[in-house]
Amino acid sequence: MHIQIRKFYYGDIPEENTGGATPINHSTEQGWPLWEVFIRSKQGLDHKHVGSLHAADAAMAIENARDVYTRRQEGVSIWVVESKFVHASDPADAESLYEPAADKIYRHPTFYDLPDAVKHM
Amino acid sequence: MQTQPTIDYALHLADSALILGQRNGEWCAHGPILEQDIAITNITLDLIGQSRLFYQYAAACMNESGTAEATEDTLAYLRTERSFKNLLMCELPNGDWAQTVLRQFFFSQFQLLLLEQLQHAGNEQYAAIAAKSIKETQYHVKWSSEWVIRLGDGTAESHEKMENAVNALWMYTGEFFIAADYEAVDVAALKNKWMEAVTAIFEEATLSMPENTFMQTGGKTGTHTEHLGYILSELQYLQRTYPGAEW
Repeated sequence: MHIQIRKFYYGDIPEENTGGATPINHSTEQGWPLWEVFIRSKQGLDHKHVGSLHAADAAMAIENARDVYTRRQEGVSIWVVESKFVHASDPADAESLYEPAADKIYRHPTFYDLPDAVKHM
Repeated sequence: MQTQPTIDYALHLADSALILGQRNGEWCAHGPILEQDIAITNITLDLIGQSRLFYQYAAACMNESGTAEATEDTLAYLRTERSFKNLLMCELPNGDWAQTVLRQFFFSQFQLLLLEQLQHAGNEQYAAIAAKSIKETQYHVKWSSEWVIRLGDGTAESHEKMENAVNALWMYTGEFFIAADYEAVDVAALKNKWMEAVTAIFEEATLSMPENTFMQTGGKTGTHTEHLGYILSELQYLQRTYPGAEW
């Protein structure tokens, strides 16, 4: 006769017996890709970057974002973008990219006297 | 004045939600990945919230009819195993992730159909609780069915784990549709819709529907598996040891 003995755990289960997946090694191909999450709040007009998370695909990324980033009614709309598709400027280039604008204050429209007739500016 | 069947029914609905919530809660900090850990505990909080609404209603009915003095807390913390009326499915151990998500799918799909009917069962309180809970349950169905598909139609290993989960849980689904005498919704009538929904998801998940098999019953009338006692001893420990403790 084949007798199967199973041990059930209750309460705070030792980590090696949780039955969950083995920890994902993000350095390998097996790991879930990273996604950037953008949330539009009730009052906001635009989606704002709120953070990132791991998910196997876009559908799961949206659901994870719902669970992780909208638990406290933060938003009414979610965008997710796989992080690898975000191209960023190189911080090392910051000097040549941004500093030249520093002494060109005439680019700010603060030197004009507005006629009284112009409203809503 | 509400009658005993109404009270029993509220307790049945509350117990199922509470016990499944307590079970899912065991995943807290043990989920397979941070994001899913948060997802399953979110569902847990939804379920415990639903159980509170039903317990509060049951307690109000009991106090009004003078059967017993009760609060939502005494109903959750001071009743014994035999008076719990939850579905057996809810008290089963979590097993692996496949078993947990499948149990959630079976239960939530059933609960969704049930809540839709409960809105029209001629009881304002039930209707109000159902209307609030349906939105949560729709998400539980979506989340859990996507996991069933993902694992069933995934790798050979995940498929096998899902098949094992089906084999372990199927015998506890029959009880859903066998009415206890206090039920205000005709659960037998929900069976076809439930089977249709499950078949559709199983097809997408490349899982085979189990043959008709022996079905476990008893939860609705207080005859439970060995597992419920352990859950209650943990759930009720504090109130039993330090009666009236508050925090």
